Amino acid sequence: MAGLAAALGSGAMTNAVSEIGEAACIFVIGSNTSAAHPIIGRQIARAVKQGAKLIAADPRRTVLRRMADVWIRHEPGTDVALLNAMARVIIKKKLFDTSFVEERCEGFEAFEAAVKDGDLAEAEQITSVPAQKIVEAARMYATFSPATILYAMGITQHSHGTDNVRAVANLALLTGNLGKPSSGVNPLRGQNNVQGACDMGALPNVLPGYQKVEDQNIRKKFEKAWNCQLNPSPGLVLTELFESVHAGNVKALYIMGENPMVSEANTSFVQEAISHLELLVVQDLFLTETAQMADVVLPAASFAEKDGTFTNTERRVQRVRKAIEPVGNSLPDWVIIRDLAKNMGAKGFDFNSPEEIMEEIRGLTPSYGGITYGRISKVGLQWPCPDLDHPGTPYLFAEKFSTPSGRGQFAPLSYTPPAEVVSHEYPFILTTRRSYFHFHSTLSRKVDGMNVLRGEERVEINPVDAAPLEIEDGDAVKVTSKRGTVQAKAKITQTTPPGVISMTFHYPETRTNLLTHGALDPVAKIPEFKVCAVKVEREIDFGTQYLGWGTGKIG
Amino acid sequence: MTNNISLTINGLDVKVPEGATILEAAQSAGVYIPTLCYCPGLTSEGACRICLVKIEKKKKLHPACRTPVEDGMVVITDDAEIDQVRRVTLELILSDHDFNCLLCPKSGTCRLQALVNHIGFDERRFNRLNRVAKDLPVDTSNPFFDFNPNKCIHCGICIRTCREIVGVDAINMAYRGYDLKVSTFGDQPFKESACVSCGECVERCPVGALIPKDVKHPTREVKTICAYCGVGCGLYLGVRGGTIVKARGDHSNPVNRGELCVRGRSGYRFVNSPDRLSSPLVRAYDPLESKPQGINGAPEAGKPLTRPLVKERGEFVEVSWDQAIKYLASTLVHYKGDQFAALSSAKCTNEENYLFQKFVRVVMGTNNIDHCARL
Ligand code: SF4
Ligand code: SF4
Ligand code: SF4
Ligand code: FES
Repeated sequence: MAGLAAALGSGAMTNAVSEIGEAACIFVIGSNTSAAHPIIGRQIARAVKQGAKLIAADPRRTVLRRMADVWIRHEPGTDVALLNAMARVIIKKKLFDTSFVEERCEGFEAFEAAVKDGDLAEAEQITSVPAQKIVEAARMYATFSPATILYAMGITQHSHGTDNVRAVANLALLTGNLGKPSSGVNPLRGQNNVQGACDMGALPNVLPGYQKVEDQNIRKKFEKAWNCQLNPSPGLVLTELFESVHAGNVKALYIMGENPMVSEANTSFVQEAISHLELLVVQDLFLTETAQMADVVLPAASFAEKDGTFTNTERRVQRVRKAIEPVGNSLPDWVIIRDLAKNMGAKGFDFNSPEEIMEEIRGLTPSYGGITYGRISKVGLQWPCPDLDHPGTPYLFAEKFSTPSGRGQFAPLSYTPPAEVVSHEYPFILTTRRSYFHFHSTLSRKVDGMNVLRGEERVEINPVDAAPLEIEDGDAVKVTSKRGTVQAKAKITQTTPPGVISMTFHYPETRTNLLTHGALDPVAKIPEFKVCAVKVEREIDFGTQYLGWGTGKIG
Repeated sequence: MTNNISLTINGLDVKVPEGATILEAAQSAGVYIPTLCYCPGLTSEGACRICLVKIEKKKKLHPACRTPVEDGMVVITDDAEIDQVRRVTLELILSDHDFNCLLCPKSGTCRLQALVNHIGFDERRFNRLNRVAKDLPVDTSNPFFDFNPNKCIHCGICIRTCREIVGVDAINMAYRGYDLKVSTFGDQPFKESACVSCGECVERCPVGALIPKDVKHPTREVKTICAYCGVGCGLYLGVRGGTIVKARGDHSNPVNRGELCVRGRSGYRFVNSPDRLSSPLVRAYDPLESKPQGINGAPEAGKPLTRPLVKERGEFVEVSWDQAIKYLASTLVHYKGDQFAALSSAKCTNEENYLFQKFVRVVMGTNNIDHCARL
């Protein structure tokens, strides 16, 4: 997100989901769209049927491969090398949009200089993608217009994810695929309201609407509205936060609706950190792994038990409605926070309904200025929607970018290998994936049927690798990284390329994230979930242990 | 698109755009033509022959669902001959149908029932035709729906749905003649097949062949948004007696236009999971324990709550909301500033995220707020 904001001025999806159908070329990288975002996956499939070109790039063999015109299977963690090589081809063959680059962008010379040295043979060597395919993909993306790029965690969850995102943005700027329908750079959001949580300022450095905490004028505006004194220094980002907790600087932690014990990289570190806390408050629907460690657990109501809004991946603010009364003795999160704040003597928390909260949001967040419950009762509006007459914005940057200069920013990038590379001891790359049926850790696991469909972790291994290790389909295997060991059953499949194994992180009993490491992207601070070095062994003395349980330090 | 083709249907003048079918033209003019294998949004296969109509100056009858209009066409949708043909076609479909309607969950919304009402049948001929009803095993392997081949009328809608809408192509027609059957690849149970359980085919099956498990008709529907992924599909939750019994796609939502994936359609079940927390919990520490731990690290904190406690250290005790909030308020006071941090949730609403960050910034006086999903 940080990468995209630096390049274009906003970290959100630039175009609407419904525009995908009209694109002439769709470039999907680092997203197993059909599994993670099935409804978008279907739109891609239909667009392809109607003649759109599809370029699919993923180390794993995703469903999209079957319909792709060009299928690129690059080595995990080599995205920048691949994207730079494509940019080089586009520049060399003069396929780029000169007027767009001149009129609307900045930093082209530096970018050109950065990609010029290096050649296709080198890119081929790094990425293991035949040079011919790189050329084909570059040509296709540059010549079929409008072209749209879709990406997801496969791009961002790396120690250099920000570079990856900038490399993607470079391509779009280069070919003028921004600021018009069916084009753009489109990060597909994982959880339902990530976009909204960011918009609302659930971030350490910005207030609602991405207004910087460090900006004195912004602070003044909020201090006046909230009648308080604001702390001028940005807070800790998630991963720094756990380090700080570990070091004893943060003593009390309040977690609303998240389960970092399962979802964070390097889980054993997170667990150790949490045990150093003096106070842990968890507010959730279930007694999650994290809640089990809490001092205070507050039962929250689910989405079906409260009113409010979610903002989807294409910036559309949509109305969520209460269908049933809160289950048991639970309460909606907003009620809990309100009551707590009021109990602590705070002013400005006298809300009687989410609608009243939205009215306050509207007054302080320019991009939400025109969004009222009345206007979105039937169909949601896409922000920016600054005033009550504004129809919402399906695609961004029609006239100018939101960067300080109003121009799109090229970034000169060079390829850096992943933070952890394979070694003799840990010869495999582990990448994490998502399954159709589960989403992150908690909700879908509570649906019985979903567990029938995919009830336990499966480690995907290519037959080429499985044979010498004498692993057969369904065998129990032990996967070890420098940080821990987990066990699961093996699934022998071509889906995963040789040298790579893949696991999900949906199952608390197989804590994949015990293996992953906390190497952070220096800007976005996203841990490197996608690449880590591991070894795989067949579990021999398996009968003594219950299948599927991790044998890390936990439990 | 301009309505540049003129034709008459049952004597009515109708204008439609080029490429429209006779069925679409009739529907735009408000003329009912019975159909069975036709489904809006899918290609028409012309499999059932129920929609046959007469076109002047043409021999044979033509299926309205897949015959394109031509300028000057004169179409008749109803007369004695058409009625007779439809009746025979329907009787053939009924002849091997397991019509135990009273116990069928589809009863009332079944398209076959509606057709029988509209077209009728000749009882004597029908009895002669009626073979032994099929007795094929029902596939109950999928956790969200069942497939009863004995009720299938071979309209092919499910197959086209899976191919054209879902793009999975998990099912097809297998075997021939009397044995013709909708089947997954290799006639595997649904659970073992390529099927991703999205339920789109179940939604469209005109009869009770593909039918959701535990069907209960809701008494009320609420328009809302799916809580699983960032696509934000619109859906209607069906409510009955304080529980959610059904979810269906919202056709007016521009993102999903009525479609849903397995999580949207079936994932709501977590809401009524027996594992839901139902009371605030506070960890009770033995007040005699010499080393203060956790919440007791804060002086006086915990005192009001440690009265009716379990003596065992580290157990959760259920408390009332009032107690929990008061206790938390009195404890958090000691942690203001940067020694406090909070994680907000990408699962909560905008309003809740807003309120939470406001709480952290205004009441706790720190910017230490983030959430777990950075994409
Ligand atoms: S449930 Fe979905 S994937 Fe499965 S057969 Fe039906 S349409 Fe295809
Ligand atoms: S299962 Fe339903 S939709 Fe599929 S062919 Fe049979 S009747 Fe038609
Ligand atoms: S129905 Fe599926 S694709 Fe749509 S929002 Fe829900 S989880 Fe995402
Ligand atoms: S509806 Fe036209 S042939 Fe079936």
